[in-house]
Amino acid sequence: MTTAEIEAKPPLFRMEGVSKRYGGVRALENAKLDVEAGHIHAILGENGAGKSTLIKIMAGVVAADEGRMLLDGRDISFRSPAAASAAGIACVFQELSLIPDLSVADNIAIADPPRRFGLIDRRAQRAIAEEALARAGAEDIHPRAAVKDLPLSRRQMVEIAKALASKPRILILDEATSALTAGDVAKVFAVLKRLRSEGLALLYISHRMHEIAELADTCTVFRNGRNVASFRAGTRSNSEVVEMMIGREYSNVFPPKPPRAAITKPPRLECRNLGWGDRLRDISLSVAEGEVVGLGGLDGQGQRDLLLALFGVLPGTTGSVLIDGAPMTIASPAAARASRSAMALIPEDRKTEGLMLPMTVRENLSFAALDHVSRGGIIDRTAEEQLIDEMVRLLAIKTAGLDIPVGALSGGNQQKVVIAKWLMRKPRIVLLNDPTRGIDVGTKQEMYQLLRRLADAGAAILFYSTDYDELIGCCDRVLVLYDGRIVRELEGRDITEHALIASALNVEGGREGAAT
Amino acid sequence: MSEWRYWLNEQRGTLMGLAIFLLMFAVYIANHPAGLTANVAQTAANKGVLFAFVAMAQALVVITAGIDLSVGMIFILTNCLASWIVVGEPLPTALGLVAVLAAGMACGAINGLLVIYGRLQPIVATIATGAVYFGLALLLRPFPGGSVNEDVADALTGRLFGVIPSSLVALAAAVVLVWLPFRRSRLGRAAYAAGSSEQAAFMSGVPIRRGKFAAYTLAGLLAAMGGLFLTFFTYTGEAAYASGSGYTLWSIAAVVLGGVSLYGGRGSAVGAIFGAFAARTTGDMLFVFDVDPLWQPLLQGVVLMIAVSIGSLALLRVRNRLDWFQ
Repeated sequence: MTTAEIEAKPPLFRMEGVSKRYGGVRALENAKLDVEAGHIHAILGENGAGKSTLIKIMAGVVAADEGRMLLDGRDISFRSPAAASAAGIACVFQELSLIPDLSVADNIAIADPPRRFGLIDRRAQRAIAEEALARAGAEDIHPRAAVKDLPLSRRQMVEIAKALASKPRILILDEATSALTAGDVAKVFAVLKRLRSEGLALLYISHRMHEIAELADTCTVFRNGRNVASFRAGTRSNSEVVEMMIGREYSNVFPPKPPRAAITKPPRLECRNLGWGDRLRDISLSVAEGEVVGLGGLDGQGQRDLLLALFGVLPGTTGSVLIDGAPMTIASPAAARASRSAMALIPEDRKTEGLMLPMTVRENLSFAALDHVSRGGIIDRTAEEQLIDEMVRLLAIKTAGLDIPVGALSGGNQQKVVIAKWLMRKPRIVLLNDPTRGIDVGTKQEMYQLLRRLADAGAAILFYSTDYDELIGCCDRVLVLYDGRIVRELEGRDITEHALIASALNVEGGREGAAT
Repeated sequence: MSEWRYWLNEQRGTLMGLAIFLLMFAVYIANHPAGLTANVAQTAANKGVLFAFVAMAQALVVITAGIDLSVGMIFILTNCLASWIVVGEPLPTALGLVAVLAAGMACGAINGLLVIYGRLQPIVATIATGAVYFGLALLLRPFPGGSVNEDVADALTGRLFGVIPSSLVALAAAVVLVWLPFRRSRLGRAAYAAGSSEQAAFMSGVPIRRGKFAAYTLAGLLAAMGGLFLTFFTYTGEAAYASGSGYTLWSIAAVVLGGVSLYGGRGSAVGAIFGAFAARTTGDMLFVFDVDPLWQPLLQGVVLMIAVSIGSLALLRVRNRLDWFQ
């Protein structure tokens, strides 16, 4: 698009010279953005590059310090999310904006529920919810189900349906596909393409390059709060784009895998015939010291339950667990953490399971390791300081200080705090539940190197990921789960995208990779 | 899952409260020397209704993830006020009734303003306002006394058609005219949303402040209804501090018994009514078993503990321990 064209017809939405500071931190600096109707506009950048702030300003969640926004060529400003929504800007937030105790239908209609005689008309609301769910391709979700009873991927579909129900002119999707299953992603893409043809403007934020390649018409890259470049999709190579995002050469993302040594010792972690209701069936696996074993498969095939069962969270688990070849009963997370197994679990939902958001970075870090730095119940402050400093350095956690609330850090840095928290205990077994969800390329890369370093230092690592590239790049072996069973084990060069997808779908002929 | 299963899931707390109440009431009646006569029902209803109004008031605030430690004092204050102004000819009596209810709403509204705009913690704000409301009650009635229009009082505490306690009808009217419209309104939904996840509610453009304000104000109204009934039963006003704090504390127990989550966002005022009836029955139970008065507070506490434990039996079925904390 040439400058002349833009001037001839004002874009649907324009942002000029917008800046925002949080305390001393510049989140956004002189940002500009043009959003066209009937276009999908991808926003790229590392976490902390200013994307979230940009969206929050557009959606009326925070106000800009400087700059102006124009809708249809007219100046606008929003005092609240409700005002932005009334102007036709809807946002699917990465941090879900659903209300857990209300039903799906209540949530979809929350901004402006249909009313008769001043009271909410539940029948009309139900109709709206069903229509919105259908538009989002999520007819399987019952409108009366309570949101808190739904798994993450379903909640995200509800969130999309909710945004569609407000009939927006501009739809912002912030990491909207990060928790979705492969099938849902395909559905959502079809929906987004249809919306584009209906003339909506879509802003699409994602860390997944292949999604952007498939969807976007225009891309804008942000780095350190400034927009670095805007260009038509497909005119830059992936590595060029990544270089723009991280501002440095894009070297090898994954650390090299060491050659497989012959295993002589009994495996660090082994389980035999593990079962839990109908969610886990007859799972037997082993992880040797220094080994990274991946868990693959579609989302929700029991991978998360398997990690929780090993960590002692699920009562009524059957089968046996062996640590270093000797049986051990793990009845609670406390038992799992005990020194013989020294297990650590990096959870998927860092907000609720991994961190205490209002507490400081320091407090969060030291909780998991208190017994390592205390003598006779008294915390040794100096030892604590040393350990924390070491972790912050090792993981390159970007924080304005150790005494600010963890909730104020960016997503990637929060996840680093979670990991640091467990590493401080020097774990022998590390369980990871999709730890890179919604994290930027740079942090991911650091995370992969860290995983390998941990393995090299002798830990046994069991790693669930929804990202096939990660499984291929990081793991020595991959176990694919389907419906609570291990259906396939892949090793070394056999770990390919094709083999992973074929066995994840549990289709015949997966072995030959002829699943298409 | 079929439709009714969803309904059951939504109403689980309320139904649990009802079940606990029915169980306790059945034990009470079975051991009552007179059995279930119209008289026994009327007395039980009258005592229960007082408490039910205060518990409903508490439920409204707890749903927003707040707590109102002044409900008992609003109840006492409106009792003292009613003993001055709900008297005389029909018209002054009617005006007096309206004034008492308005006073209760004003108290609730002040709580709401302090919490929402003053950004005070509900627990601290309402401890302070509760002390103020009690102080006002004491100024109105330094000594027990006053009177009330006895025709109205007898009509509202007697029986309809000889069998139905009219106080229960008044309570049902409060449910239909105050609670149900609130629950079905946009403000009511905002109150639930704010209690469940204030951040998500804000992001979704929910009118959080108005929803909370409505909840606090209506809580004041319901507490005033309780205060009026107290006046109708006793024919007097009394600034009884112990009674006010007792009602406040038991109202919290009642909402929990009735399935209202103290974390907010879950439960209903109808559940709180059952919870109040159940809590009320714990006291009566000791009476029919002819327990030494010296032992009553202790045993009442034990019965309450058992009742609350029954309510939390649901937790035993939990398959994933992380669900405990949701």
